[in-house]
Amino acid sequence: MRFNKTYLALAMTAILVTTGCSSTEEEGLADSSTQGTDASTSGYNDGSMSGSQFGSGNGSSFGSGSGANLGPEFSDPNNPLSKQVIYFEIDSSQVKQEYVPVVAAHARYLASHPNQHVILSGHADERGSSEYNIALGEQRSKSVERMMRSQGVTASQLEVVSYGEEKPVVSGHDESAWQQNRRVEVGYQ
Amino acid sequence: MMLITRILVGGILAGMFTVAQAAGLTIEITKGSQTAVPIAIVPFAQQGSIGNVKLSDVISSDLGGSGFFKALPEDDMLTKPSEPERVNFKDWQVLGQDYMAIGQVVGNGGSYNIQFHLFNVHNGQLLMGYRLTAGANELRRAAHHISDLIYEKLTGRKGAFNTRIAYVTSVRRGNGKQFMLQVADADGYNPRTIAESPEPIMAPAWSPDGSKIAYVSFHTKRSEIWVQTLATGQRESVSSYPGINGAPAFSPDGSRLAITLSKDGSPDVYVLNLGSRSLTRLTSGLSIDTEPTWSPDGSSILFTSDQGGKPQLYLMPALGGKASRVTFQGDYNARGRFSADGRSLAMVTGSGGGYKIAVMDMASRTVNVLTEGNLDESPSFAPNGSMVLFAANRGGRSALSVVSTDGAMQQKLAFESGEVREPAWAP
Repeated sequence: MRFNKTYLALAMTAILVTTGCSSTEEEGLADSSTQGTDASTSGYNDGSMSGSQFGSGNGSSFGSGSGANLGPEFSDPNNPLSKQVIYFEIDSSQVKQEYVPVVAAHARYLASHPNQHVILSGHADERGSSEYNIALGEQRSKSVERMMRSQGVTASQLEVVSYGEEKPVVSGHDESAWQQNRRVEVGYQ
Repeated sequence: MMLITRILVGGILAGMFTVAQAAGLTIEITKGSQTAVPIAIVPFAQQGSIGNVKLSDVISSDLGGSGFFKALPEDDMLTKPSEPERVNFKDWQVLGQDYMAIGQVVGNGGSYNIQFHLFNVHNGQLLMGYRLTAGANELRRAAHHISDLIYEKLTGRKGAFNTRIAYVTSVRRGNGKQFMLQVADADGYNPRTIAESPEPIMAPAWSPDGSKIAYVSFHTKRSEIWVQTLATGQRESVSSYPGINGAPAFSPDGSRLAITLSKDGSPDVYVLNLGSRSLTRLTSGLSIDTEPTWSPDGSSILFTSDQGGKPQLYLMPALGGKASRVTFQGDYNARGRFSADGRSLAMVTGSGGGYKIAVMDMASRTVNVLTEGNLDESPSFAPNGSMVLFAANRGGRSALSVVSTDGAMQQKLAFESGEVREPAWAP
């Protein structure tokens, strides 16, 4: 409010200075308090608003399935390691029974490859509020983290990050899209 | 001397930054009010070079979009006077108008001299006469200013047309997306990008004096809370703990941020002192506690918690203490924001039919659902409390919408490309 009026105020002040008379000149029954606010607005100028550009990361490559040299078992569709996405029910962070063997397979692999790191990135569907969905995404990735930790994966091998509803894999707005977006991605680094 | 210096600085800075045109923006009234007051804004007479801003259109759009007024379309006008002595009030009475405004704008080598008059059509009384000057690129601002003057004169409440909003847009870029935090006029015009990243940007929050915006950025591949000064573009990271760094909200005195952190386990609400960087933890337990916001007097913090099983809003003392549940209707109530007078609370409410924007009257605790969408999010009040800005997703396209707090009037600001989300109305 203050901000936007100011430019006008500045311009009005300019007239005041150069001609010596107010440019906000009341001719009728104008409300004098309204007039007062303008003249007294202090200098602030949005012409000076500056932008900033964040670079595209700092060299280290994250994200699911990228950056790591993984064995053929990861691309064998009959091997649970080929599944690197775990899906969840609406508003739930409980790992569903069908994904327990998938998490266990990754846990076994990580336990036997102690130098291997993964990022567990949690996601939510677009429904509801964004920050609540960040929390929900984190709870999902922490559920997976807990299961892996209980199966011998060390804390230093695992990193948890939640993107909430910010990174959908499917951009639709129906139940089939939402199902695919409620997920934890196991990203080998 | 002082004054002259300030003007020169202003002029130079304004010249350095070109104002982006909102070429892709359309404003559409999607729901009109039945009880709106008829008003005619006659096209202003023009002299000299004016450019493509039509003041009467901007003013009509502002007033019509407020829900309090119904602006007469220009095509329905019988005459288009620009001087008081030329107004024949009968012309406007037969059109059923209560009020009318006329004006003139004179282009004067980069600046504009504008005058306007507001009349009561029924008795011909001159209610207001103003003369003002606007600089280059400031014609829309001048029009919003006139809208504010008319609105306040006729409703007794301050207008909110000359305000700004912040929001996050994203567009596809290659295999990924580019996220942009933008600040624009309240009607969506003059957008400026203040930060951008290929990773998500979220949760812009204004400082109480409108000089800074706090937001969450994932550009380091982790969430981090930044505070950026708009005038300089200077930004600093204020929270980068392991886990969630989210949902910043400035305290009413601007000295602290309420935030969400998960460094100690589940997401909890903390207060970060921006001076000392000390943290005070406000919530604990296994539940999700997030989306804090301050009551306008700074005494309380409202937040979303699923401690009762489903997300609901809770209120607790800002210095810590016992939280009491505020919402009881429906199984999803989240992302609360108070009006500036603290009397109303806007929220996202969910029930079978989707997620809509609702407003609670804090005194009676009655809840009024304002919108009919199924993916409505991120409500925030206009500074004068008359409207609520929110993000809507209709037919697969996201857009910003504004709804009057009585729900009677709804207006959509549609952006041509990309998604637009997480709007926040500047104080």
